[in-house]
Amino acid sequence: MFDVLQYPFIQNAFLAGSFVAVVAAIVGYFLVMRGLTFAGHALSHIGFAGAAGAVLLGVDPVFGLLVFTVGAGVGIGLLSKEIRERDIAIGVIMTFALSLGILFLSLYSGFAERAYSILFGTILGISQTDVLVTAIFSTLTVGLILFLFRPLLFTSFDPQVAQARGVPVRPLSILFLVLVAVTVSMSVQVVGVLLIFTLLVGPAATATRLVARPAWAITLAVLLGLSYTWIGILLAANGTWPVSFYIAAISFGVYLPVRFLAPRWVGRRAVKMRVVDQEPPADAVLNSTQKTEVCT
Amino acid sequence: MLELFQQSFVQNAFLAGTIVALVTAIMGYFVVLRAQAFAGHALSHIGFAGATAAVLLGISSLLGMFAFTLLAALGMGALGERVRGRDVEIGMVLSFALGLGVLFLNLYTRQGAQTVGILFGSILSVTRSDVLVTLACGIATLLLLILIFRPLLFASIDPEVAQARGVPVQLLSVAFLLLLAITISEAVQVVGVLLVFALLVAPAAAAIRLTSRPAAALALSIVLGLAFTWGGLVLAFVGRWPVSFYIAALSALFYFAAIGLDRLRKPRRGLQSSIAPDSCKVLGHHPIGHEERMSASEAAH
Repeated sequence: MFDVLQYPFIQNAFLAGSFVAVVAAIVGYFLVMRGLTFAGHALSHIGFAGAAGAVLLGVDPVFGLLVFTVGAGVGIGLLSKEIRERDIAIGVIMTFALSLGILFLSLYSGFAERAYSILFGTILGISQTDVLVTAIFSTLTVGLILFLFRPLLFTSFDPQVAQARGVPVRPLSILFLVLVAVTVSMSVQVVGVLLIFTLLVGPAATATRLVARPAWAITLAVLLGLSYTWIGILLAANGTWPVSFYIAAISFGVYLPVRFLAPRWVGRRAVKMRVVDQEPPADAVLNSTQKTEVCT
Repeated sequence: MLELFQQSFVQNAFLAGTIVALVTAIMGYFVVLRAQAFAGHALSHIGFAGATAAVLLGISSLLGMFAFTLLAALGMGALGERVRGRDVEIGMVLSFALGLGVLFLNLYTRQGAQTVGILFGSILSVTRSDVLVTLACGIATLLLLILIFRPLLFASIDPEVAQARGVPVQLLSVAFLLLLAITISEAVQVVGVLLVFALLVAPAAAAIRLTSRPAAALALSIVLGLAFTWGGLVLAFVGRWPVSFYIAALSALFYFAAIGLDRLRKPRRGLQSSIAPDSCKVLGHHPIGHEERMSASEAAH
């Protein structure tokens, strides 16, 4: 089982996978808390066009992904008031980006294989350079998040009060989307454009259902993310099924029972209440996620 | 150009494309009106697992799509209003379905080409029997839709009042989701799993931006859907780029043009446009979007 570890490509996969799992779990926590999971989904789809464009130009797909997702992240951040409420607009842009990607790839000769690998990940074919790029960007992202940890947490839980207290909510949310964009670009190498949810949202969503305190939830999310990735790579290296299937299946298989079995009072609502208790009562305008929680 | 039409694959593509464009444009109108764009997105992704399972079993991928999307539609219908706003849950199910699809394709040998066909459409390889299946399903869908047209429109525009008047809102909602599942399975042949939005949502959303009268919006939606499909096919034959790229590009272009036009006229139209809210899960800051009222009334219960 473990003797596959001596191959360099498996070592590369483990190194890159670990960096991605850590950064995706941390960013994913804030993504879940901010109710922006759909933005993560959209960013990865838009990144597909970038990756395909890079393949066409003969550049490393990671750079194409970075350019497109960061651009789209800043765009979504700037237009947040307009676009966040507009599923259809995001959906149409996403669709257009995907079709642009398929156009770029159709102009390239290794068409189907390349499309497949961008859509569903190629962690086992990752190069030393990719590992280095992943390590640098992941460290930068985690560093920035640690640096901005408190204001970011505050604006995620209660944007109105944070705004009133003079926290720069809007710049922070744009910066956060840029970090999401970088994370998405890194994660695409492991699970591909289409399965980004499994690494970005899966661990964090499971963790927030289990523990309430942010520090514990983030730690748990990181542990879950790492174990999904490691188990996925190990199983795939020993079997014949693809890594991204294993990661998607484990992520879903852990999330499902937790979602239904975790006592209702743990998780997001408890955290929110605790924060609200400490602060002056939030005003009447609830954001969309809170409102849906109330509905159920 | 015209001699292209003597070739059977071109005829099949145009026939299937036309049927799909018609059905998706009409269904899309209700999808936008009922703010179920995300449900359409979800159904198509779940269908991917079905289509790939069918490829693995050696049967028509259309059958696999039907089986999975109909089951998923029943599930969504059973969950009803509780599905709304559950991004994380829906996202997890979607990813798992896609992961399953990858597995099925991996078990099948010719993975690459098949994947791209299912994900991005393969209208140029549609056979005559596919056209017949599409035609039969399209006619059945449209007949059923005509049968429930008035109550469905009522229930879509104002569910509470419809419920109070004795319209079986819940039943209609499940029936609509089942029709949507069939429509999406057909649309996947033309534009693929990932680009269903381009035919299902974009024409109707653009039409609703331009006119608020149901009949006019429906007619405009059909015209736009047919224009995108035919335009995409013709351009693909002339220009050699993939059909689904042209269709998605045309629909994106028209949708944003329609938004621009709507913005220009907005001061005159005032509140009218908010009758058709186009956000299906974020209940945001639309002043009187019907979802907001629904969620507010739910919270009150």
